[in-house]
Amino acid sequence: MLKDITFGQYFPVDSVVHKADPRTKILLLIGFIIFTFVCNNFFSLVFLATSVLAIVVLTNIPLIIYLKNFKAVLPVVIFATVLNMFYVKTGVVLVDWWIFTITVDGILRAVFMALRVVLLIMMSAIFSYTTTPTSITNALESLLKPLKYIKLESAVHVLSMAMTITLRFIPTLIEETEKIMNAQKARGADIETGNLLKRAKALIPILIPLFISSIHHAYDLAESMECRCYVGGVGRTKFNKMRYGTVDIIGGICFLVICCVIILLNILF
Amino acid sequence: MSNLIEVKNIVFEYESDDAKKNVLNDFSVSFEQGSFTAVLGHNGSGKSTLAKLLNGLYKPLKGKIIVDGIDTNDPEREIDIKRSVGVVFQNPDNQIIATVVEEDVAFGLENLGIPYDIMHERVESALEAVGMAEYRKSSPHKLSGGQKQRVAIAGIVAMQPKCIVLDEPTSMLDPQGRKDVISTITKLCKEKGITVILITHYMNEAACADRVVVMDRGKIVLDDKPNVVFSNVELLKSIGLDVPQPTELAYQLNRCGIEIDNTIITVDDCVENLKKIFLEEK
Repeated sequence: MLKDITFGQYFPVDSVVHKADPRTKILLLIGFIIFTFVCNNFFSLVFLATSVLAIVVLTNIPLIIYLKNFKAVLPVVIFATVLNMFYVKTGVVLVDWWIFTITVDGILRAVFMALRVVLLIMMSAIFSYTTTPTSITNALESLLKPLKYIKLESAVHVLSMAMTITLRFIPTLIEETEKIMNAQKARGADIETGNLLKRAKALIPILIPLFISSIHHAYDLAESMECRCYVGGVGRTKFNKMRYGTVDIIGGICFLVICCVIILLNILF
Repeated sequence: MSNLIEVKNIVFEYESDDAKKNVLNDFSVSFEQGSFTAVLGHNGSGKSTLAKLLNGLYKPLKGKIIVDGIDTNDPEREIDIKRSVGVVFQNPDNQIIATVVEEDVAFGLENLGIPYDIMHERVESALEAVGMAEYRKSSPHKLSGGQKQRVAIAGIVAMQPKCIVLDEPTSMLDPQGRKDVISTITKLCKEKGITVILITHYMNEAACADRVVVMDRGKIVLDDKPNVVFSNVELLKSIGLDVPQPTELAYQLNRCGIEIDNTIITVDDCVENLKKIFLEEK
């Protein structure tokens, strides 16, 4: 059933990384992404890779789950690697045929770029596997709080409310899509055969009822929110309190140490 | 007891495309504190409109609605009115806002700015009151219709309203879900003293109430105890409503010349009465 799809890619096990405050995780994710680009030689990049692997181990999620994640992006990684390989023309030439030249520098460059891309994917996988969509929303709202100084506080609240409602209604709308599809099939609609254009056209009788029903949902939901005294973000309290704990402090310190080592390795080699 | 809600001579109409449709015209009714009232009526009788008028979602064009001493037309007291009269709607899916049950129950409290500790206590007790405490960490889309509706009720109960208006809360549920919801609201009324106004078109649900108000085309036709209301079988049928099955049976027996009390509404009463008749004949 479509309904059983998991959203986000949250992987519910118990680990220090799961326990860390989502705000810490967002900030560290951004930090790690930046430092992936700060690395300018193999020594620092391999060091970063080792640190990321250490975090992977800490998440208690089997490595195979992470590897599965690569399946979808593998063609992109290979394409980028190959392109890089031909782009660099300096160094000892290995192959020189027609317009293609492969050099040692080119291969090294390609491997370097590939490792970088893999690391980036790995980092975001760690984040999405260990953080629920709800806590991501809460964390974003909390992190964007300083925007209130430029009078954007309500915009932040609206954004996180919209995210929450979207997440909440995905399963409902999927269920409804299934119902509409079945209803149209029962009336003789043919959705699965024909060329692309024909199939796209066949989707119209599904999309229109879905669209109308989501407007109905929205209208009812708005009324019910009003009944529960919703007047926007001002003066609201939160049911979930986020607290920075020891895990977050240790995580932060580790990150700083990693950064220092990377900069050092960059300078030394 | 004193009246919690007083509706005085209100007029309300929807502006539709072609003509103005008069839904309620010079309509008055009042609800006692702590009572359990069922409102019956055919489609278009104005009963759902009444629900939305009672907590100020709609404003009457003429006349007044006083809730706990507050006029629903008073723009400054809007939150106070919604706080004292909670409304539960038909479709449970459209009333659940959050992705976790307990967070959804907390939604109203978050809006009211209730402090953290009190909020958690209230969510806990609201979930217990509707018998959903064990599902507090579940995601709503994995619950059955009846369970979702009870979560929606918990969301209202957590705000500690004086009155809960339920607008056909069981019409999208299966029989088990329907039973659970009705027993939940009966319990809330009896144990917590919350005034309940149940809008429905199921006769056996209306039979659980202390008072039944029957509406037809924006007017009150009958307003009395359930057994008195349901004894007007012909009048109810003429406005397209049914009566509970035991009442129907008694009515038909009476027509056949067998004398039986025509104010029975429950199966148990019906059995008792039938027993008496048969034993007398023997």
